[in-house]
Amino acid sequence: MSGRLIRDLILPRLDRGYLGSLPDSVVLSGLGDSIAYTTDSYVVSPIFFPGGNIGSLAVHGTCNDLACSAARPVFLSLGLILEEGFPMDQLETILHSIAEAADSAGVEIVTGDTKVVPKGSADKIFINTSGIGKIESPVRPSPGRISVGDRIIVSGSVGNHGMAVMLSRAEFSFDFELKSDSASVWPVVERLLELGPGLKFLRDPTRGGLAATLNEIASLTGYGIAIDESAIPLDKSVVAASEILGIDPLQAANEGKIVAVVEMGMDQVALDLMEGCWQARGAAVIGGVTREHPSRVVLTTRVGGSRVVAEPSGELLPRIC
Amino acid sequence: MNAGNESRAAAALARDIKELCGKASFPLRIMEVCGTHTMAIHAAGLKSFFPPNLQLVSGPGCPVCVTEKNFIDQAVLIAKEYDACLVTFGDLVRVPGSFGSLATFRSEGGRVRVVYSPMDAMGIASELSPRPTVFLGIGFETTVPTIAATIKTAMTMGIDNFFVLSAFKTIHPPLKILAAKKDLNGFLLPGHVSAIIGSDCYHYLVDDFGKPGVVAGFEPLDILLAIQDILRMAVFSTPQIINDYKRVVRGNGNAAALAMTGEVFEACDASWRGLGVIRGSGLTLKGPYSMFDANTHLPVDTPPAQDDPRCRCAAVLTGSTPDTCGLFGKECIPDDPVGPCMVSSEGTCAAYYKYGER
Repeated sequence: MSGRLIRDLILPRLDRGYLGSLPDSVVLSGLGDSIAYTTDSYVVSPIFFPGGNIGSLAVHGTCNDLACSAARPVFLSLGLILEEGFPMDQLETILHSIAEAADSAGVEIVTGDTKVVPKGSADKIFINTSGIGKIESPVRPSPGRISVGDRIIVSGSVGNHGMAVMLSRAEFSFDFELKSDSASVWPVVERLLELGPGLKFLRDPTRGGLAATLNEIASLTGYGIAIDESAIPLDKSVVAASEILGIDPLQAANEGKIVAVVEMGMDQVALDLMEGCWQARGAAVIGGVTREHPSRVVLTTRVGGSRVVAEPSGELLPRIC
Repeated sequence: MNAGNESRAAAALARDIKELCGKASFPLRIMEVCGTHTMAIHAAGLKSFFPPNLQLVSGPGCPVCVTEKNFIDQAVLIAKEYDACLVTFGDLVRVPGSFGSLATFRSEGGRVRVVYSPMDAMGIASELSPRPTVFLGIGFETTVPTIAATIKTAMTMGIDNFFVLSAFKTIHPPLKILAAKKDLNGFLLPGHVSAIIGSDCYHYLVDDFGKPGVVAGFEPLDILLAIQDILRMAVFSTPQIINDYKRVVRGNGNAAALAMTGEVFEACDASWRGLGVIRGSGLTLKGPYSMFDANTHLPVDTPPAQDDPRCRCAAVLTGSTPDTCGLFGKECIPDDPVGPCMVSSEGTCAAYYKYGER
């Protein structure tokens, strides 16, 4: 739905050059230093979930969009839209999380706006953050630099955020030891930038999860992506929850992970660089770029079968039995 | 089992399967009755192991898929007429009805809540009392005992604004119809349903139709082993019912769950998408429990629903593959489905689409 809005309504009216490629963040020219700029709105429901809340998510999400352009997050704006009657103690908790997330990500909130709208005009609280990041490395990860033989790395277990949010929805009354992975990935990216030109591409696999990101790479490059199911890092609790809910963990969102494409032969170096960085615990090489099955993502399953990993579509809903 | 052992075991089973198929002078078609098997087969990429003369086709075991469009219409009409809150399992909200899906109805201000457990529906009923709360009852023998337990609890607690709109179904009546199809050589029998009804009750497949059936679990190796067993019996004409899921399924099933169902529900005729009305294939509330029956207590006049004549969900539910439908992957996609087989997470079309067979 939002894809159609962007394509049919927004771009034809507003694209003057930068917008059309729909970057997660844009690298601006003509302002002196290399600057990356991004914005994102957060409407997650429920607003509190294990491992974070809408506030920490709004900081991490925007920082991560900058990090994927190889930019160190520096400044954030903060726009709050509050539904009339939103409890003050909840707002305080969210603001505390924003402060904590921003401090630990090394970004400063430098401008902001707060609006209160009548009851029913918004669902509790919506947050918009824009971010400015500084590009310090000459490395410019982009899909055009990906070539056959490159390796694909994911920085840790996948699906935790999406599954944690799904489980914390009021409809579910069971408990799981499962937390969102919401975190800034800049420390991971900073280390990967040491690969120099060996680092080809970066993306944070948020909405649509790993499946969406890998399909995006396949579609942007026209190459095939081959991945190995048994190499994909998955927490046991995510596997258990996904089996019960019937939701593919590869399609569940992540908010503290990075997918990196690195030059063939540099995968071990990349893993070594990430060693000791808690945000990259469990990082693994999950597959590579191939000439086979162009523009498609093919998974070798645990039992040695093979199947396509399709672009996720639609709302993730739990199954019936 | 570690991945190495698992893939070695799978390779060995795949070799046996190929060898058995090589011995058959005819194409082999096996029906997986249960939607969860359909998904598991695709998710594990098992079709990549099979030789060309072995075809797995999906059956009528996806609850959302076999539910008639009319049911969605009836639910929406009840909600409008009685200002009721509809409570449902997730998959059903996107199934298109004549006036749009339940999701559309919700976006227009209708009350639709998604639950994982039917007990949650009762919580909603208490919260919204006295507004009627209607649980949309779809599913097979697996789902029904928990609904029966919920209804019994509602009776004990004296909750009088909780109703069930029952479109529950039982698996034997359609299976008897499908078993008569000459081009089906055997059945991969449902694991979850059999956990309730047992494995002994499928004997008619052998006695009346000469077809083998194997009850299977949902791990890739469970399924490969079951397919190997079915093929062996089909190729050598030695049909039997085998239970390959003994860690969960007993011969006589789950007596307590069956008793619970029997206390609250009784058989009725039911309409199936793709199969029409099948005698005694549905379940309706009986005796004192009929006070929770939305059909009788919240009556509405539901006009007959027209399906898109191009939609082939009906054929897909009885063994056709989605690629025989002109809408599949074009006008009918998970984001904008025409038929329920593209909506349900257990639907055959959704499985083919999600796992790239298009």
